[in-house]
Amino acid sequence: MTSDTYKYLDGNAAAGELSRVFVMDVTAAEGCCANCGTIKRFAEAHLYMQSPGIVARCPACQHVLLRLVNVGQRLFLDVRGLTYLRFDAA
Amino acid sequence: MWRVGTVVALHNETATARTIRFEVPDWPGHVAGQHVDVRLTASDGYSAVRSYSIASAPNANRLFEITVERLPDGEVSPYLTQDVVVGDRLELRGPIGGWFVWRREQTEPIQLIAGGSGIVPLMAMTRSRNSTGGTAPFRLLYSVREPKAIWYSNELQALSQRDPSFSITYAYTRVTPNDWPRPAGRIDSALIANATWPSSLGPTCYVCGPTSFVESAAGLLAASGNSSDRIKTERFGPTGDRK
Repeated sequence: MTSDTYKYLDGNAAAGELSRVFVMDVTAAEGCCANCGTIKRFAEAHLYMQSPGIVARCPACQHVLLRLVNVGQRLFLDVRGLTYLRFDAA
Repeated sequence: MWRVGTVVALHNETATARTIRFEVPDWPGHVAGQHVDVRLTASDGYSAVRSYSIASAPNANRLFEITVERLPDGEVSPYLTQDVVVGDRLELRGPIGGWFVWRREQTEPIQLIAGGSGIVPLMAMTRSRNSTGGTAPFRLLYSVREPKAIWYSNELQALSQRDPSFSITYAYTRVTPNDWPRPAGRIDSALIANATWPSSLGPTCYVCGPTSFVESAAGLLAASGNSSDRIKTERFGPTGDRK
């Protein structure tokens, strides 16, 4: 496993942490990258969890889509890399 | 939302992997392919959270299973594979994830590709199909280091013998059984061509394993004509104890 050169997971893996903030499942939602306009399910984002929080990047251009960071008792959410998230309301 | 689950059964799959069955009174039920977060908290307050795919089929009994592989330097997996006993209560969050899932309403051909412990969510899909009498044709391509590293071996064999629309191809990366026709090696384009559904049938593909495995297998599926939006992936590995 240590020889693994790919240091990211899928957006799927953020489902638990994001469920602290969102009522609906973000990973199944479609998100639009604010940098390149690519529209993908959030589950398809590249997810980096080695940092103090979670960083999700666009699988097409690697632009940061979302950051979620715990600092003490505070939780910071930065979604400026996403133009929108589209949830299936059914 | 964290729930408390009680360990009700333990079963060793291999020398390093153990299945843990939980009973959770307020468990809302899961869909095959979803995962659960497990939180362990030490007496000094330090806590560690790891995600594990659910291995069992959806059921109405408020039970589910995970299978955990022991990683020598893991923070969580040594505890779950060696120290947990029946009756222990653990904090759980889930079921979670609505993308890497198979629902019984799906009738198209399904291609499952597992690398090592990536078999777990795919086993949940296989079990879900079986328990609901599903008829969607399933193919499983399962890459393992060696024969003794296969998880759920007897159950998979029984399912494939009983059901002509469920077939398994094993790919051994280090050691093969005697007289195995294919030399040990990673999944390649020839194996994808021989052992997976033709892309013309429009299969939905689920690929789960270490990140580099998933990257390679998903790339081969795309190169053989599968549309990228029909290839669903779940990577694990570099950040912790996943699976």
